[in-house]
Amino acid sequence: MNSEVIILVIDDEIQIRRLLEITLSSESYKVLEASDGKSGIIAAATHNPSLILLDLGLPDEDGQSILIKLREWYTNPIIILSVRNSDEDIIRALDNGAIDYLTKPFRIGELQARIRSALRLAQSANNSSSILTFNSLNIDLVNHVVKRNDEILKLTSTEFSLLVLLAKNAGKVLTHQYILKEIWGHGYIEQTQYLRVFIAQLRKKIEDDPADPLYIVTESGIGYRFQG
Amino acid sequence: MTQEMSRPNPDELLASIKLDEERSNRGKLKIFFGMCAGVGKTYAMLKAAQVEKLKGIDIVIGYIETHDRKETNQLLHGLEVIPPAINEYKKVLLKEVDIDSIVSRKPEVVLVDELAHTNAPGSRHTKRFQDVMEILDNGINVYTTLNVQHLESRSETVSQITGIVVRETLPDEIFEIADEIELVDLTPDELLQRFSEGKVYSPGQSQEAVRNFFRKGNITALREMALRIVADRVDIQLRQYMQQKRISGPWKSGLRLMVILGASTESVSLIRWAKNLSYTMGATMLALYVEPAKKLSPVQQEKLTRNINLAKQLGAEFISTSGVDYVKAILNIAHKENISHIIIAKPRRRNFLSLFRLGNYINQLVQHSGNIDVYVMGSNITGDEKYQKYSTLPSFSSGFSQYFLSGIITVLLAIAFYPFKNLIGYQVVSFAMLFMISILAIFYGIGPILLSATLCALCWNYFFIPPEFTLHIDKAEDVLMLVMFFTIALLNGILTTRVRKQEKLTRDREERTSALYHLTRDLSLASGMNEVLNVSVSAILKFFSLESAVILQGGNNELHNEIRHESKLKLNESDMSIASWSFFHAGKAGKFTDTLPSSSFTFYPLTGSKMRLGVIAIKHLNAFNADEEIFWDTFKTQVSNALEREFLNDLAIRASILNESEKLYKTLFNSISHELRIPVATIMGATDTLMSIDYNKETYQKLNNEIFTASERLNRLIENLLNMSRIESNRIRPHMDWHDVNDLAAKVTQSLRGELQNFNVELVIPDDTPLVKFDFGLMEQVLQNLVYNATQYAAKGTTIRIKIYYDSHHCYLQVMDRGPGFPPDTIPFVFNKFYRVEGTIPGGTGLGLSIVKGFVEAQNGSVTIENRQNGGARITVKIPSEKPDFERIETPNKE
Repeated sequence: MNSEVIILVIDDEIQIRRLLEITLSSESYKVLEASDGKSGIIAAATHNPSLILLDLGLPDEDGQSILIKLREWYTNPIIILSVRNSDEDIIRALDNGAIDYLTKPFRIGELQARIRSALRLAQSANNSSSILTFNSLNIDLVNHVVKRNDEILKLTSTEFSLLVLLAKNAGKVLTHQYILKEIWGHGYIEQTQYLRVFIAQLRKKIEDDPADPLYIVTESGIGYRFQG
Repeated sequence: MTQEMSRPNPDELLASIKLDEERSNRGKLKIFFGMCAGVGKTYAMLKAAQVEKLKGIDIVIGYIETHDRKETNQLLHGLEVIPPAINEYKKVLLKEVDIDSIVSRKPEVVLVDELAHTNAPGSRHTKRFQDVMEILDNGINVYTTLNVQHLESRSETVSQITGIVVRETLPDEIFEIADEIELVDLTPDELLQRFSEGKVYSPGQSQEAVRNFFRKGNITALREMALRIVADRVDIQLRQYMQQKRISGPWKSGLRLMVILGASTESVSLIRWAKNLSYTMGATMLALYVEPAKKLSPVQQEKLTRNINLAKQLGAEFISTSGVDYVKAILNIAHKENISHIIIAKPRRRNFLSLFRLGNYINQLVQHSGNIDVYVMGSNITGDEKYQKYSTLPSFSSGFSQYFLSGIITVLLAIAFYPFKNLIGYQVVSFAMLFMISILAIFYGIGPILLSATLCALCWNYFFIPPEFTLHIDKAEDVLMLVMFFTIALLNGILTTRVRKQEKLTRDREERTSALYHLTRDLSLASGMNEVLNVSVSAILKFFSLESAVILQGGNNELHNEIRHESKLKLNESDMSIASWSFFHAGKAGKFTDTLPSSSFTFYPLTGSKMRLGVIAIKHLNAFNADEEIFWDTFKTQVSNALEREFLNDLAIRASILNESEKLYKTLFNSISHELRIPVATIMGATDTLMSIDYNKETYQKLNNEIFTASERLNRLIENLLNMSRIESNRIRPHMDWHDVNDLAAKVTQSLRGELQNFNVELVIPDDTPLVKFDFGLMEQVLQNLVYNATQYAAKGTTIRIKIYYDSHHCYLQVMDRGPGFPPDTIPFVFNKFYRVEGTIPGGTGLGLSIVKGFVEAQNGSVTIENRQNGGARITVKIPSEKPDFERIETPNKE
């Protein structure tokens, strides 16, 4: 089944491309390579890959503008792979439509997991199920019921909205501003303390060990990501 | 005892060493010296040049005047000629020595004819000898020619002998610094023979004058003079030789001769004569000027300046002093300067005022000079020049209004007393008049007092002394009274004026002292080059009323091409080149000097005790007088010292920065290169093995682990270096936001999961800990570094405690381990970058803790280290933070 999944790698470093080709092919993905932005866009248009791994530092054009151009018509997940690790760059890339990011150097295992959850997210967007299940966590979107190990959790309405927002975007990094905007509204995008408090409360309720959270992962300085 | 005597005087020895040193860097000067034109100096010089050329010496002609004589022209053959610089002056093309071409050509020897020549206006120097000096300073040897009459000290005598006024003179000093003097001699008969054959060319003189000049008597006298100079020189050289070799000689050492100069023309011959004397005696020469109480007229001032310059040119050290008592002032200086001989001019004529003195000052000087020899020079100059009074008497310098007013007052007083003369008696009137004169003396000069005294005497006699309305006096006692009245009135006036003069002198000096005091104080308070410059420039404006500009050197011993303060002076390019000249030659230049006097500014070099600092340019309308010059010198010295202080400061700072970066480079090199190479070596070795050798599954796994660990280590190092460079470049802009400290702790323990698996991690965060404002990324790095350090130094199986709590506006974050802790004496240094406690485990760059400190301080926090009671270290990070505002937190969501 995986043989139909095409991953496009847009990166100018031959070593990185080679490494990704070897490791991802072994996972039965079909890997296409592009060494600059222009050929990357052409490859994306001709092959319509299931996922794109995009480097931000490209020789011909800035990765951010490639990202914007791709997003005009390309709807599958784009994951950023970059040595740039400043928060501003990452947030901008996420705002521009990237689903996730990884800074070089990265663990291959980590990348594979991210690719998997990105692909799953893309698939789940198609089937609009009313119940989301993650391991022992069960979220009933219609009835507003959250169960952990079949035990009903008491969540406030804000906590529930927050959890649903995160869970619906499982695998995707959501920035603080995005979450604040979605849950509290545009007037609250600077009130990160609200978000902190609710995340902490939510973790206490849904996580086995809030000090070592499994579901809601903190992305330092960026936001949160819900892990399936 | 004799041994003791023959030991050279240290001062002299030092002087001779200094002379040697100066000479070793400078080019050698050889003078072909003759008694007058036509003896064949140029010919002799060219001949010598040809001989040198044959020896293979690089010898060129810088300037030569052959006057188209055949024999001389022939000698030019084969010698390279550096074309002279051509200046146009009043539409006449004038050839002068091209110093720059000579210097850039840099031959071993250059020939420059006619040393005494005066350059055309607009040339760099007024005199050719200055050109030669500059060439010598560049290490090029010079051959030149000179006639005896051109020596400053001899020109006077020459003009007396020959009747020809010698205008082109040069300081005797150049003759003294010459390394070699070759006398070009000819008997008078032979010379006259040549003259009659038309082989002698004498420029600038009329035919008649020339014929008058070339007479046997004249020539013999000149010849004697030339021979004597050379003989004296040989004598001095012999003495110098003996001095160096410690051979006792009959000379009297340490002679110091002081010439007292004035503002008259006769001082010129006095100075020249003194120079001759000092030269033959081997004595050093001082020139002293005693400022009179009266201000000099511009003409006198100009003469005085010329005399002082002459004395300086002749190598005398110049001193100026002031004092009402002329003799005392001279003797003061003489004692202070340890003078052995005083040379002074005979007063030309006696003044009637000298009647009031007890003998003239020469007598007094002789009387009080003790063991100092006093030479009194006669003067032979008569004319309209007035003998300059340094008298103890005040001078007649009062304005007309003072005479007028004192006359009116006197007459009014007489009229006022007239009606009462019978009532009070005429004697009393005289007292009243005396009283009035005393009062007038406080305000008026000696002239009005004299007038007033005379008027009073006349009025008193005419109107009051019986018989009235006649000048006739009946009684003998009245005559006596009148004489006494006049004398008392006069003396009264004179004394008062004298006190006033003295007072003014004192005041002037006080003003200067206080000016210097203020300057010194301001300069010592000034910090930084700019402030020093501002203080200096404004002080010059205040005390000298002069606009000035300072040009400093750029640290490379070259003058910066910019003025270093806001100045009203506009210096153009040629001014800057004069400044450069002044800087390099450490001599003043420009207006009122001998070097490039066509400029409108005067440039003085600013020289400190260790280095040349720059040049100060001022614009004066009149040259400084002697007194001002000294004041200015002192002023300049203060400014130079302050500038030097700043310069040296700057240099020290620069040096320490350089030193610091050197140190940094070394540590970086040692520590980083090690830290980089080890993991790279591991990766290369492991992969090499994986590629080439058959291995079992276990080895494969182990090698893979090694590679992975090495890459992690490399990654950490790179991360640390990048972070360090962010701190160093001040690029950190912390993004302060509210964060849950639990989140922070979780994040760090998760990322260090591998390192922490062998430890017992104790995470202590009170439940009521509020959200805290910090930069998550920075704090994550801080905590990660601290925890990572703990895992590196503490033994496996021990507890690492992470405690985070909030207390009174601060968030505390503590990492505690049970490792070895820090040796107490190293604690102050552990936050320094690249610092590693000695004897600790290998690996690590010494960057971790300095990054912690940098990141914490970027968030206005602080970090402290202490050793725990039962072993181990506790590192506490303290970040200031308020509690968040939650008033609207439960605002219902938009759904």
